[in-house]
Order: sequence, then C-alpha cells, then structure tokens
Amino acid sequence: MHFNNATSSPHMMRDDGISQLMLQVLIALIPGTLAMFYFFGWGLVFNLIIAISVAIATEAAVLKLRKRALKSTLLDLSALVTACLLALALPPLAPWWLTVIATLFAILLGKHLYGGLGFNPFNPAMVGYVVVMISFPREMTFWLLPSTINPAALNIGETFNLMFLSQLPATMSWDSISSATLLDGIKNHLSQDHLLSSLASNQQLSALVGKLSGTGWEWINLFFMAGGLWLFKKRIIDWRIPFGLLTSLSLVSLVFYLINNEQYLSPLTHLFSGGIMLAAFFIATDPVSASTTPRGRIIFGAGIGVFIFIIRQWGGYPDGIAFAVLLMNMAAPLIDYYTVPAAFGKRDEP
Amino acid sequence: MLQLSKFKGGLKLDGHKHVSTMHAIKQARLPEKLVIPVQQHIGLAPEILVSVGEQVLKGQCIARASDGISASIHAPSSGHISAIDEQPVAHPSGLAALCITIQTDGKEQWCEPSPLAESYRERSNKQLLNIIRDAGIVGLGGATFPTAAKLQSCEPEKIQMLIINGAECEPYITCDDMLMRERAKDIVLGVQVLQQLLTADQTIIAIEDNKPEAILSLQQALQKQAIDNIQVISIPTRYPTGGEKQLIKVITGKEVPANGRPADIGILCQNVATAYSVYRAVFLDEPLISRIVTVTGDAINQPGNFEVLIGTPMSELIEQSGGYTDNIAGLVMGGPMMGFSLPSDNLPVTKACNCILTQIAEDTQSPPAQACIRCGECTDVCPANLLPQQLYWYCSSKNFDRAQDLHLFDCIECGCCSAVCPSHIPLVHYYRFAKTEIWAQEKERQKSDNARQRHEFREARIAHEKAEREEKLRLKKEMLAKKKAEEAGQPGDSDPKKAAIEAALARVKAKKDAATEKPKNTDNLTEQQQQKINEADQRRQRTISKDEAK
Repeated sequence: MHFNNATSSPHMMRDDGISQLMLQVLIALIPGTLAMFYFFGWGLVFNLIIAISVAIATEAAVLKLRKRALKSTLLDLSALVTACLLALALPPLAPWWLTVIATLFAILLGKHLYGGLGFNPFNPAMVGYVVVMISFPREMTFWLLPSTINPAALNIGETFNLMFLSQLPATMSWDSISSATLLDGIKNHLSQDHLLSSLASNQQLSALVGKLSGTGWEWINLFFMAGGLWLFKKRIIDWRIPFGLLTSLSLVSLVFYLINNEQYLSPLTHLFSGGIMLAAFFIATDPVSASTTPRGRIIFGAGIGVFIFIIRQWGGYPDGIAFAVLLMNMAAPLIDYYTVPAAFGKRDEP
Repeated sequence: MLQLSKFKGGLKLDGHKHVSTMHAIKQARLPEKLVIPVQQHIGLAPEILVSVGEQVLKGQCIARASDGISASIHAPSSGHISAIDEQPVAHPSGLAALCITIQTDGKEQWCEPSPLAESYRERSNKQLLNIIRDAGIVGLGGATFPTAAKLQSCEPEKIQMLIINGAECEPYITCDDMLMRERAKDIVLGVQVLQQLLTADQTIIAIEDNKPEAILSLQQALQKQAIDNIQVISIPTRYPTGGEKQLIKVITGKEVPANGRPADIGILCQNVATAYSVYRAVFLDEPLISRIVTVTGDAINQPGNFEVLIGTPMSELIEQSGGYTDNIAGLVMGGPMMGFSLPSDNLPVTKACNCILTQIAEDTQSPPAQACIRCGECTDVCPANLLPQQLYWYCSSKNFDRAQDLHLFDCIECGCCSAVCPSHIPLVHYYRFAKTEIWAQEKERQKSDNARQRHEFREARIAHEKAEREEKLRLKKEMLAKKKAEEAGQPGDSDPKKAAIEAALARVKAKKDAATEKPKNTDNLTEQQQQKINEADQRRQRTISKDEAK
C-alpha cells in the first residue's frame, strides 16, 4: 500500500489555536468589564460596541486590500481583543469619534501597517490610545464619578445623547457629570503644594478615596486581577510579565513612600489605581510586542512598572501605562538579544 | 534511594501504550524474501561478503564491518542470495539504497554457534568487544550507533555510572516495554556483560513510571538472582525523558556538555534492547538478526508487538496484525513525535525500526499554519533550553548565522515546540531545513575553497612556467651573443664600424704626432751649432716681441 502524505515530525499537533487563546483572553476580561460597567455605566458598553465594529470593519477592509484570507484571520479574534482593551482604557463618556479614531489607528497603524498579527512591534491598543491621548487631551478626561458615589448617574438614553450627539441632559453641566480620577485629582492636589495628609480636607477628592485605592477602581482592578489569574491558571499567559510589572511598581513606590509619605502614594494605591491590573495581565502580556525570553519577560514587565511610576509621579499625564508599554515594546528586541538562555549543556560556557 | 532531578521543558503526552500491550510478543512469520539494507547504522557501510546465487545459513555474516565505526550484517534466515541491488528502504529521504535480498528456504538452518554462556566472565574485554562487534549490534534506541564503537570510545575506568535506558518516552511505542516485561532475566544478563566491560560503580535501569509491569518484572529478575549492583529506577513519565542527555539529567542532575558525550562526565547509556542483544550475542552466539517491533496506531486491527527478522517487509507485519482499518491514511516509522512518514509499507524492517505507526486522516493533516504570535509556549517546553520562536524567525528568513548564535545545532528535534504551537507552525521542519541548508553551504564553501585553491595553484604553475621559459630564452640569447662576440675575435663589445673609425682616428693622430715631432735634425748638434741656433732663436723672439709691442 502506498501513501502520499509525507509530513514532517512531529505527527501530533494541538487541536486548538490562536482563536481559542484569544477567546479565553476575552472571557477573562468579563469580570473586570462587568465591574467597570457597574461603576461607570452605559458609556463603556457604547465604547465596546464602537471599538469592536470599527476594529472588525477595518481589519476586514485591510485584509481585502492585502488580498489575505478574510475568514481565518478575522476568526483569530485578535482584533476583537485589541478593540476590547482599547474600549476598556478609554473614558466611558468619550465622544463616539474618539473611539473610532483610536480603533482605526490601533488596527491600521498599530497592526496592519507592520504586516498584521505577529509582526507588530507595538501593542496596537496602546498605539490607538496614545494617538487620541496626545491629540484630544480634553476628551480623554471624560471620566465620571463611580456610580456608588455619583448622585446623578446617566441612564442609557442620556449617555447615548451625550456620546453621539454631545447633548447634555437639560439640568446638568459638564462639571456636574465628569470627575477627575483619583490619580488625576491627587496629581492636581500635590501640584498645588498640598500634602497627601490634607486630602481629607478636599471634599471632592476624599470621596474618591476607597479602602485600597480609589472608590470603584479598587474593585475593577481586583476583578481584572481575578481574570488574569484565571488566564495564568489556564496557562494562556506567562507569569513573568505581570510578576515583573507588579513587583517593580510595588518596590519603586514603596521606596518613595517610605522616604516621604506626604508626597508619594502608597504601593497599594498604585497597584489598584487606574488600569494597572488590566495592564499587568492583559495589555503588557500581549506576546507579539513583548519580550520572548524567560528572563527578558521579567525585565520587560519590570521596565513597564518603573515607567508607570515615573510617568505617574513626574510626568504630565495622570497615568502612564500606555507610554510605559510602548517604551518597553521598543526595548523588547534589545532585551531579547541580551537574554538568550544558555542552551542545554552550555551553562558553564561564557 | 537516588535523588531524581528534572530537565527543563518537555511534555506530558498521552501515552497510547495500552493499545499495543494487550498481547505477548508474537513471532512474526518467516517471509519468502528478506531484503536487508547494507547500511543500517551510523557510520561506514560494511563490506559485502556474498554474491548473488550463494547459499547462506542463518546467522552467517553477509557484510563485514569495515574499519572504524561500522557494523556487520548477518543473514536473518537460511536461503540463497537472490539479488544485491538498490531497493527502496525506510529512510526520511525516500531514496533507494543497496540491499541484499535473501530468498528464504524455510529451513532456518543455523551456522555452527559457539555460545559462551556463563564462561564470558573469563574472557577479556577485548574478546567480549569483538563478540559484540561481530554480532553487528547497534544502539536500538533509535540512533543505531555501533555499540562496540561506543563501548570502545570511552575509557572503562573513567565510567562511574552505566545507565540502561528503558524510558521509552514516545507515545505508542511499546517494544522495550514488552521486552522488559517478558525477557527481564536476559536483559539483566546482558547488562552484567556490559558491567564487566565497564567496571562502573553504579548501574541503573531507568524506566518511566507508566510501565509498572516492566519495572516489576526487572525487579523480580534481580531479586531472584540476588543481584544488588543493578538498580531499577522509576522515573516520571515526561517526553523526551528517554533522550540520552535528558535521562542523565533526570538521574544525576548533571548536564552533558553541549558538544560532549556522556562519557565526558563518566556516564555511559545503553538501551535495554541493546543490552538484550548483547545477551543474545554473548550467551547464545546469535548476531543481531531480529528485533521487537511495535505495530500500532489508530488504523490497525490488532495492534501488538512482534519479534521480527531484519529484512521482513512491513506489509507482512501489517497483514499479521489483521490489516489496516478502513480509515488508514498514513504510516510512520518510529513514534508520533520523532518518527518519519513512510511512502509505502513495502519496505524492510531494519535494526532502527522500533515501531510502525498507522495514522488516520486526522493525524496526517495539520491545520494551516498561522502567524507566530510569539507566545513563547515553545520556549517553555524546549528541553534543550533554546528559543524555538526566535530560531523559527531566523530560519524562515534564512538568517542562518543568527540561528547558529541561538544554538540551532543543539536542537534535538524532539518536536515538543511544534506540538504545542497554537499557530500550528511546523517548527522542527524549519530547523531541519536550516540545518541541512547550513551543511550544504558548508559543503559548498569547502568545494569552492578547493576550487579556488586549485585555480590559484594552476595560476601559480602557469606563471612559474612562463617565468621559466623567459629565463631560458634570456640565457639562450646571451649565449648567442657571446658566441658571436667570440667569433669576431674581440672580447667584449666591438662594433666593426666603430673599430674602423677608431683605427682611422688613431692613424690620423699618429700622423699628426709624427708631423709635429719630425723636423728634428737638431739631435746631434755641436756646441757651436747649438749656440748659433739659440742666438737665432733669441733674435727671432725679440723681433716677435717688438712686433707685438707695436
């Protein structure tokens, strides 16, 4: 009997593929997303809808232009993950066009101009985020008070009108709806030569302070962390990048906190503020743009942690996750180059 | 109790071992024709001793090991040589190779054996090594390296540990498992021969813990004979723990240097089936003419193990296993991780053939490869501690220098990386491609180096010849000129015209001299005459000076 299907060993391959990996990432995002929805309302849902549709449409259009297989690439779900991360990072009351622009840049500039999935040196979601962050700084502050302390939470219709038609509810003004995030508020507070201990005297700010960090944010971070730990348990992500990021951020902030706790926030506040857990478990762990060597991943994560602290503390932006990730993306090839592990039996060699 | 350690990476694979361990080892039927490839081992091809038409006896040497690393080939059964020609063989290249075909006569007539049995203990190492060498024994774990050469290449006194490899870590394969279950006592005898050769302090038989029957069987064999210098160790089942270097790491915690051999750190490894062949050679004087082959997979009716004569067509084994099921789609020699696809089942079983794996369509079709997302799962599972993802990057872009910087040649092609790749990239395929490409380049470079050297030599030779010719010509010319000069009677450079002119000039000069000196009738003058002359001269002088004054 003759056979004409010579294949190269191994003759065993795993059944699941990239789509299943991405799907699990999406599933792991659910708890944190629900928490965010609880605290920030319908804006997040609109953001998700806009980002996902723009991402899929853009990806499809580019694939068509590049004459690539549409279905198999769209089904790898990577564009969906990018869209979701972006939507979760943008302010929940951002005007619709802001999300559109961010997503367009993420998919077009961040991903496909470099050759599509697997070839992008930068995290696409963060590319999109930074583009709108730099171009539309005012709109990027459209955060609102967490629902638990917000006397005037918007309903779905009001949110729609605000985001798509820029129509405020009749009785409200921008100032009454929007609110600085805790990090933003503290930055302002400190820049006016106030001390952290005097935070309580600032009524607006003290309402934002929660048990671990900021009201609402602590929960959002905890839920994202839970999703991330589940990913780790499912062996979808490597422990090294989150470990490096969280450890370095804790250590650096601890040192400064111990030096002067009137000027510097505690490590706990740092860890559970803003998008740290989202960044540690979902954004920095994007394997394509991260370092790939085992040691390199720890360095990569640690670098992001340090940059986040630097930008938060001394930079012009309230949070520096996007910049920190992009900076370390740039360094990833160099890190990889210098962290090649010793091959089996070569440990003693220089 | 030995403290076991771990090697980095590896995979926990579904063993599928029970598929083929339901029945005892069966004797495969004697086929009408045995096709024996001459080259079945690593090293030099042996020298063929028989010719077409010749009668051979079972066990008769038909091709003798040449000097150096080589192994002899023996007739697996009696009969006559019907052909010595190129036949298709089981090789990844799919190319044909030189084979000796024996038409069997069914008599199974042995040539006179002279078994040593227990008296081997009185033999010298050299004599025992000769027996192993003459029996054509090669490493049956897969590499088929001639065993005698491996034993000879190490200094026996430097070997502290002998490891008998019964790990059999690849899924589906059970030939070593069944051998250990059924012939533990003989394996132990073979190991003892090896012990005598090496004088190692410690001898360990290492078996993966998914083979409890084999472990028990060997332990009982040792107990029965009250042997306490051989230890049976159960090691965790983890692919590729049966790889020599990985196994050593598990047992000793030591890493064999990347470019070295186990002997460099005082360890020697032999496969259980090799030890069994040593037993057959020494105790029964039987050369390596048969081996245990697992016929298994998802597309065979009665999977099992066979004791098969080398040269038996695989199709015979398939037939004796109840034939293929309807969904047969492919055939692999070896295991699913490192075996290679066979183009047909009409190929002979060789010393290297441990398993014939039947595949269903699902196993032969891999999903289309997607882009690498650098997830690093391959890095986690690589037992050689390489960066498969980066190697893939450089191999596929043909940046072979960088691939070598990343230790491409330390890849053992175990297949773990490909097996876990979520993008279904055939990674090992790329490494093989790069390795062969680098070898080809190396060869090409050597060839062009040779050509350049030849060319340079030729140029030099031509230049030399030209110079020689010119020198000769010059000498000849010189000689000619000399001769001419000699003929002209004058040494040196004499032009006849010039000479004539010179002669004329000389004559004129002589005439002139003669003219100015000649009027000399004053030679023999008297004093008076002289005085008169002087006075006359004075006068003349005076008038001259007067004229001048005027």
